[in-house]
Amino acid sequence: MITRHAFVRGTLALAASPLVLGYSALRSSSTALAAGAPLGAPLSVVAVAPGIYIHQGRHGLFSPENAGDISNCGFIVGRNAVAVIDTGGSAMIGMGLKAAIRQVTDRPIGHVINTHMHPDHVFGNAAFDDGNTAFVAHHKMARGLGARAERYQAINSRLLGEKAFSGTRIVMPQVPVIGTQTIELGERSIVLEAHKTAHTDNDLTVRDTATGTVFMGDLLFSGHIPTIDGSIRGWLALVARLREEKAAQVVPGHGPPAMPWPDAITPLTRYLTAVSAGVAAAIKSGQTLSEDAETVGLDEKDAWMLFEEYHRRNVSAAFAELEWE
Amino acid sequence: MSTRSQRGASPIGLSGLVASAITTIAALALPGMPAAFAQAKMTVAAPEGNAALDFDPWPGIRKDLFASRDITDEATTLSLEAPVRAEDAAIVPLTIRIPKAIAGDVKKLTLVIDKNPAPIAGVFTFGAGAGLGDRVISTRVRVDMYTNIRAIMETSDGKLHMVTKYVKAAGGCSAPALKDADEALAALGKMQLKTRAAPNQSAAMREGQVMIKHPNYSGMQMNQLTGLYIPAKYVQQLDVTRDGEIVFQLEGGISLSEDPNIRFTYGDGGTGVLEVTAKDTDGSVFKARVAPSGS
Repeated sequence: MITRHAFVRGTLALAASPLVLGYSALRSSSTALAAGAPLGAPLSVVAVAPGIYIHQGRHGLFSPENAGDISNCGFIVGRNAVAVIDTGGSAMIGMGLKAAIRQVTDRPIGHVINTHMHPDHVFGNAAFDDGNTAFVAHHKMARGLGARAERYQAINSRLLGEKAFSGTRIVMPQVPVIGTQTIELGERSIVLEAHKTAHTDNDLTVRDTATGTVFMGDLLFSGHIPTIDGSIRGWLALVARLREEKAAQVVPGHGPPAMPWPDAITPLTRYLTAVSAGVAAAIKSGQTLSEDAETVGLDEKDAWMLFEEYHRRNVSAAFAELEWE
Repeated sequence: MSTRSQRGASPIGLSGLVASAITTIAALALPGMPAAFAQAKMTVAAPEGNAALDFDPWPGIRKDLFASRDITDEATTLSLEAPVRAEDAAIVPLTIRIPKAIAGDVKKLTLVIDKNPAPIAGVFTFGAGAGLGDRVISTRVRVDMYTNIRAIMETSDGKLHMVTKYVKAAGGCSAPALKDADEALAALGKMQLKTRAAPNQSAAMREGQVMIKHPNYSGMQMNQLTGLYIPAKYVQQLDVTRDGEIVFQLEGGISLSEDPNIRFTYGDGGTGVLEVTAKDTDGSVFKARVAPSGS
């Protein structure tokens, strides 16, 4: 179990208060961050279950206009403390999330949990790095993010531009999760599970036991084409296992704030299966990597946003993995 | 004078060549590199800002590799296939095709990636086992910034022929190898060697493919646990023979992608036994052998 000074402080700070705020009582009135919005303006969030709030990022690539608001992030409010799950793609978005939390509750933010190392999920961490919050992730995330930190910062500062990138820095996880770990938030607990290589080699899911809501991180994409930065075989195997687990609803890393389980993951499974089968057949017939990238999985084109941006890269990654079989 | 001795006399790296902070790192991180692939200590301050993008390193590379010899630009005798825009800068696929009309005369093929910190990606020296049909070589390289990629072929009459492609890709040299770091380390040294009928060719030619699980560390990737750059460690020599006859010998460098992967044509004949010996900069030797099925 993870216990941190922040958590203890949270326990002390709060006297009796309702378990959670009314389910629909609080919806931030602010709209999605617009260009020129004040720094740290609250992000729009929706309550998807009692005490669980999600901000839906927009499908897209990093740009000065979206300030890195291109993935979902959210938070879970317990009696004693708040746990944040992913923080958006810049300090500005992280600050917006923090402001949204403060519109809902003044309880301390005990933990920031990152579902994996990608910049659109971790670059908002800086907004929460005040010494009172523990940063939690898959035990392999520190290594993965560390190896990529320099590139991620260089690329994203360029894509976001000076204004939107301002204040952004990489905050490394301090609490490594191996297997599963439980965090008590006060009258509700969340269970973190570190997975084998799938979307990346450091994917983590978060289950809220009180409501049966599971944060899938980028193991679940909806609308936005999945991106492979780990293992297509591993991802398909993990999905097959997770499908057998029950969840009242799931939160994708990219897509609507909440979706039914396991139906939500059917399109992703279809896509990965198509790429995997197409690449395996092409390898068997002696095609090269470059030929393959032009022919495999094109039936999926109309089913996904950002297909042109990521599909060929996915095929390349799958090819480099599967040719060893 | 051979390419090797010319390079030995004048190590690549060069006055005025290249241009980024990363280059300096590479220079520091590769003490054991053969001169041919190492960066000599930079003698000129790196150009600022966009100068790096505008700077043309080719004249310096050309001089070091080929002195003042003539190089004919060829679009007809030689072809180089490269993506205009690479999907993954760490694995940019390249295919070089040499038509059979001249294939038998080709001694050497040099791949140059102008703006990479170590521009010479590889030098193939062909032997009799390469055969007389259309010669096709495919491999994957790292590309560090938008750059020209060149294939320069030397024929037995001493003439040089070149084809050039511009590729948009960036960051391939410092990209961390290893999507799954643990799996990659566990598999280091694993090899696959395949042989199949060469597509669109007469029965006299076959196609082989060699794959080696090797991180091919560029010296520009950081080990997060130590905060230090991982020293370069890469496959520097790879020899392929058929029935003991040399198909090609490859001198590799850090611009070849991790898990080096080379597809090549070769002349069929004899028992058809294909053998590969590869050696990395740590002196580790990797061997594989395959015979066509049925033989």
